[in-house]
Amino acid sequence: MKYSLLLLVLSFSFYTSSMFGQSHSSHTTDSTMMTHQTNTASSGEHNVTEGHEMPADAHAKGAAAHDAHGAHAPFDPASTAIHHISDANVYTILDGIGFRIPLPTFLYAPEKGWDIFSSGKFHVGDHEDGHASYNGYVMHHGSVHRVVDQGFPMEGSVDIEGFTHKQEEKKGKKVDINYALYQGKEYRLDARSTLDGGILGGGITSFYDFSVSKNVLSMILVSLFLFWIFRKAAQAYKANPDKAPTGVQSFIEPMFTFIRDEVAIPFIGKEKYMKFLPLLMSIFFFVLGLNLFGQIPFLGGTNVTGNLTVTMIMALIVFFVVNVNGKKDYWQHIFWMPNVPVFVKPLLAAVEIMGLFIKPLTLMLRLAGNISAGHIAILSFIGLIFIFGNSGASLGGGAIGTAMAIPLTLFMMAIELIVAFVQAFVFTILTASYIGAAIEEHHHADHHAEGHH
Amino acid sequence: MTGTLAAVGAGLAVIGAGIGIGMVGGKAMEAIARQPEASGDIRSGMILMAAFVEGAALIAILLSIFMAG
Repeated sequence: MKYSLLLLVLSFSFYTSSMFGQSHSSHTTDSTMMTHQTNTASSGEHNVTEGHEMPADAHAKGAAAHDAHGAHAPFDPASTAIHHISDANVYTILDGIGFRIPLPTFLYAPEKGWDIFSSGKFHVGDHEDGHASYNGYVMHHGSVHRVVDQGFPMEGSVDIEGFTHKQEEKKGKKVDINYALYQGKEYRLDARSTLDGGILGGGITSFYDFSVSKNVLSMILVSLFLFWIFRKAAQAYKANPDKAPTGVQSFIEPMFTFIRDEVAIPFIGKEKYMKFLPLLMSIFFFVLGLNLFGQIPFLGGTNVTGNLTVTMIMALIVFFVVNVNGKKDYWQHIFWMPNVPVFVKPLLAAVEIMGLFIKPLTLMLRLAGNISAGHIAILSFIGLIFIFGNSGASLGGGAIGTAMAIPLTLFMMAIELIVAFVQAFVFTILTASYIGAAIEEHHHADHHAEGHH
Repeated sequence: MTGTLAAVGAGLAVIGAGIGIGMVGGKAMEAIARQPEASGDIRSGMILMAAFVEGAALIAILLSIFMAG
């Protein structure tokens, strides 16, 4: 019971923190997408290059201009994969049949104030593009953008015809700028919101997005599910303390005892492990639950643990727990390593201080990288269908692509099932080893000699 | 051009990590074969070491993403 409560508290702290930072990773994916689109544009097959000589302001354009993802656009596996692993403001279960769960959006623009509404107001259609605007906001590729050009109705809802994007030179780099089409005119859209205020390179946007996104919803669902099964298991232990585990207990108990006996006790020590066990268990089951949730087919395939911001917050929690609990020996080993010549000490201190920050950094990157890579691999294999089928133009090619994609995807999903467990375990074992190193006392032979004995 | 170079850099980092993890895994298997009763300790040590090797590669990949972006 104690654990389940702690788990819930921690999960909610993850939730709130990731909500505040959710836009970060979208910046990263944005930049990856940009580089990709630069490549395709240079080969001249993309219709965005035509916009080069056009002025940036809103201007008349024929109805022929359509979204780059229209029916005849060539299939672009990289941007499709990036779109599917990114966070979104709408939860799409199946894009084909259009089953979408609208999510609450909390938007803030400094000169305008708060806008709180459901993302269903965007009338989201194919490719998670909204068919309507609301209070000057539109939805493009699942995320909320704000219209910045004059003349667009900033109050209420209007129908928009589609989206287009062009490339612009910005500080020597080609940047993709999105435009919304409304009454035959193009209106420039702001980038996705970044709450860092553009410090990390995302650029300052005219609005901030605090919405409950797809990732946040997944986190809430998984946290509630974990809370429910842990509560159930805890009640069963309380009711029958001497009985063999039954039901959900037999699922939880092996994993729980494994983490306790193979991770917590060996790395932290028999005396102190109880203090850190709730944290380790929360991390393990939270990561495992979300890894597995993202693997369920036809359920949105959310990529929560593959989101850099979510893992960053988890790594920060670990960083603080490790350093707040750090004992004298730990800090001594960082700043003034004992038992080495004096001239080596400052050198080692520099290396150790770097290590202090590299540890959480790798913790963050490893989980996000592994899980995102798995999602991208599966999406690329599914993309084979559209590459061979020439975006639906060739049925035979599509059939060959499908015949290749099914076994490859099944194979990849089997691998990802193992990866889900391994990465949750690795995150936990590394956390335990960092904590263990921080709270360890007297681990040099000479320290023992001058210590208690 | 920087994008291509960054991709080559990421690839080189992955080769390095691959060799490293291969050595960790191979030696751990050897150790388990020599002393099967210590397999539990060796396995967790192996995963820990593989994670450290992977960490170095991840930093290189992150740097190359930044260079490409």
